[in-house]
Amino acid sequence: MTKKKGPDTWQEITTGCVVFQPGSASEYHTGSWRAQRPVWNNQKCIKCGICYIFCPEGCIQQSEDGFFQANMDYCKGCGICAHECWPRAIAMTEEG
Amino acid sequence: MIEVRWHGRGGQGAVTSVELLAVAAISAGKYAQGFPSFGPERRGAPVAAFSRIDDKKIKVRSGIYQPDVVVVLDSSLVGMVNVTEGLKPNGILIVNTPKSPEEMKKELNFSGTTATVDATGIARKEMGVPIANTTMIGALLKMIGIMDLDAMKESVEHRFGRIAQKNLTAMKRAYEEIKISN
Amino acid sequence: MAKRAGMEVAMAVAEAVGQCNIDMAAVYPITPQSHIAEHLSELIADGKVDAEFVTVESEHSAMSAVIGASGTGARVYTATSSQGLMLMHELLPIASAMRLPIVMGIANRAVSGPLNILNDHSDIMPQRDSGWISIFVENGQEAIDLSIQAFKIAEHKDVLLPVCINIDGFQLTHMVEPVEFPEQELVDKFLPPREPYATLHPGKPVTMGAFAMSDYYPEMMKAKNEAIKNSKKTILAVWEEWAKIFGRAYKPVETYKAEGAEILLLTMGSMGETAEVAIDELRAQGKSVGLVKLRLWRPFPFEELKEAVKEAKKLIVIDRAVSFGGPGGPVFSEIKSALYHEEARPMICNYIIGLGGRDVAVTDFTGMITRVLREDSKKIADTCEFWGVRER
Repeated sequence: MTKKKGPDTWQEITTGCVVFQPGSASEYHTGSWRAQRPVWNNQKCIKCGICYIFCPEGCIQQSEDGFFQANMDYCKGCGICAHECWPRAIAMTEEG
Repeated sequence: MIEVRWHGRGGQGAVTSVELLAVAAISAGKYAQGFPSFGPERRGAPVAAFSRIDDKKIKVRSGIYQPDVVVVLDSSLVGMVNVTEGLKPNGILIVNTPKSPEEMKKELNFSGTTATVDATGIARKEMGVPIANTTMIGALLKMIGIMDLDAMKESVEHRFGRIAQKNLTAMKRAYEEIKISN
Repeated sequence: MAKRAGMEVAMAVAEAVGQCNIDMAAVYPITPQSHIAEHLSELIADGKVDAEFVTVESEHSAMSAVIGASGTGARVYTATSSQGLMLMHELLPIASAMRLPIVMGIANRAVSGPLNILNDHSDIMPQRDSGWISIFVENGQEAIDLSIQAFKIAEHKDVLLPVCINIDGFQLTHMVEPVEFPEQELVDKFLPPREPYATLHPGKPVTMGAFAMSDYYPEMMKAKNEAIKNSKKTILAVWEEWAKIFGRAYKPVETYKAEGAEILLLTMGSMGETAEVAIDELRAQGKSVGLVKLRLWRPFPFEELKEAVKEAKKLIVIDRAVSFGGPGGPVFSEIKSALYHEEARPMICNYIIGLGGRDVAVTDFTGMITRVLREDSKKIADTCEFWGVRER
């Protein structure tokens, strides 16, 4: 688990639990949930971007050479990219 | 406090009558309530509406069971609805009908003060429509005398705009032409 | 001078809301609330009230829309009744948890089934624990005054909670009666523009309605409970200010000839004035009776209630709703639990009345009181009866 940084007591909770820091969700590294990771085979990749479109976490980025990779801080290992990749360029491999 | 029950059919304007009367009475500095018999409104179905008028604040919010006055907007309801139900023995019955008050008394087996006026005839003549609700306000005011007919002017004008005068004329005629049998 | 006029109460409520400088309203029409929706949309369409009227396809959407708009910092209003309120139910605790100062008029109506459109309190009672401030009115004037006050209470920096104003359907909404509208200038002074605590704005992004599991949820619930309990101070202050400016005083628990009375009747909503007539009649006969009217339902006014009933020997609590399989009506169980630790407390009995629009007459109240006067305290204590229900 990512370490909590929020308020401790009920008195410290903001009114209506409003979070005033924009984008603070990025501090939560969901990559720790991952049991499998996507591995790209760039020989098969046709740079179509389907993986980028379907990633529910929005953590797949395109590199300068046009190929794709996932940010492992946030990739939960759901496998949707591998499922959707029609040239089968992505393989899910066990962590660890 | 005077309590009035109005009988009509959905679409004949009984609710409009109680509203106009209450608004006018309140403008004249009195206290008043005007309310429909609560529930779904269906055109043509027998409906009732109620008025309360007093010189002091009206607190009670229940239905009216023993009215001082009953106004019947549509004489075809007589015999179909028990229009005199709960009417106080010294109460007043006002019916929109060309018949005489004596005839009405006999028909309803009612011994109290009864008044009749051909409000539909008046409304047809003055407004071109057989809707007698405003006309009957004139008849009611004649019988209860709590305020002048002039007191109705503002609320009728607000409600009816350019056809207000016709309504007021019809109201005045009913006020003058009503026949009474004590 | 404030203008006295005869007007249907539902329309008067719309007029009053129109005086409150609202930015947006989303109201889905439902009997007996419809005249509020109709008249408010008319005022907006005619340009008399400068606000957006968002037409929606259900009450769920109406509440969703006002939640969103309130989040942007807008002053918002909605109104509903019965099944509409039941459909909103899912969203009510969200509005209060997000601390959005939404004002809602409720034309109280029985809930289905069987299908019924007339008045009782069975729509608001299931919303009791949703974190909304809940206030009952007795007549058209109170409906106007409380609808205006509601914005001030809701938006106060020490409150920031949604407020619902309970206006008995038909008995109040469809009644043409004398009302007085406060002068616009005074309303503007009383009710300055909303100063939101946080707003949804792209220039200064915030997160509203964030996810919270067991690590924060209990703290949030405690914070919400403290907020609504604490709101009573502000409610009292707003009522005091209102009385100073407009001359009409409001209390969380109103009493009528209650001082020193042996038997007290307790009502909520539009029954109050009819009950006053019953008290007058019995007082004229020399009976020691009085009336307590509960105006503030949430936050519950514990101190004021205890004070109001402390001298009575018997207390008749009137409910206009049923807590099925429970101890009687919801008001009854509330009053009983509020008095549990009091050393001197009256014997309490419960009559459920006026369900589904069954008329509540003066004779109902005089009948109940006369019976309770006659009966031995022990015998009536803790009894709950459906008054006037036909039995074999």
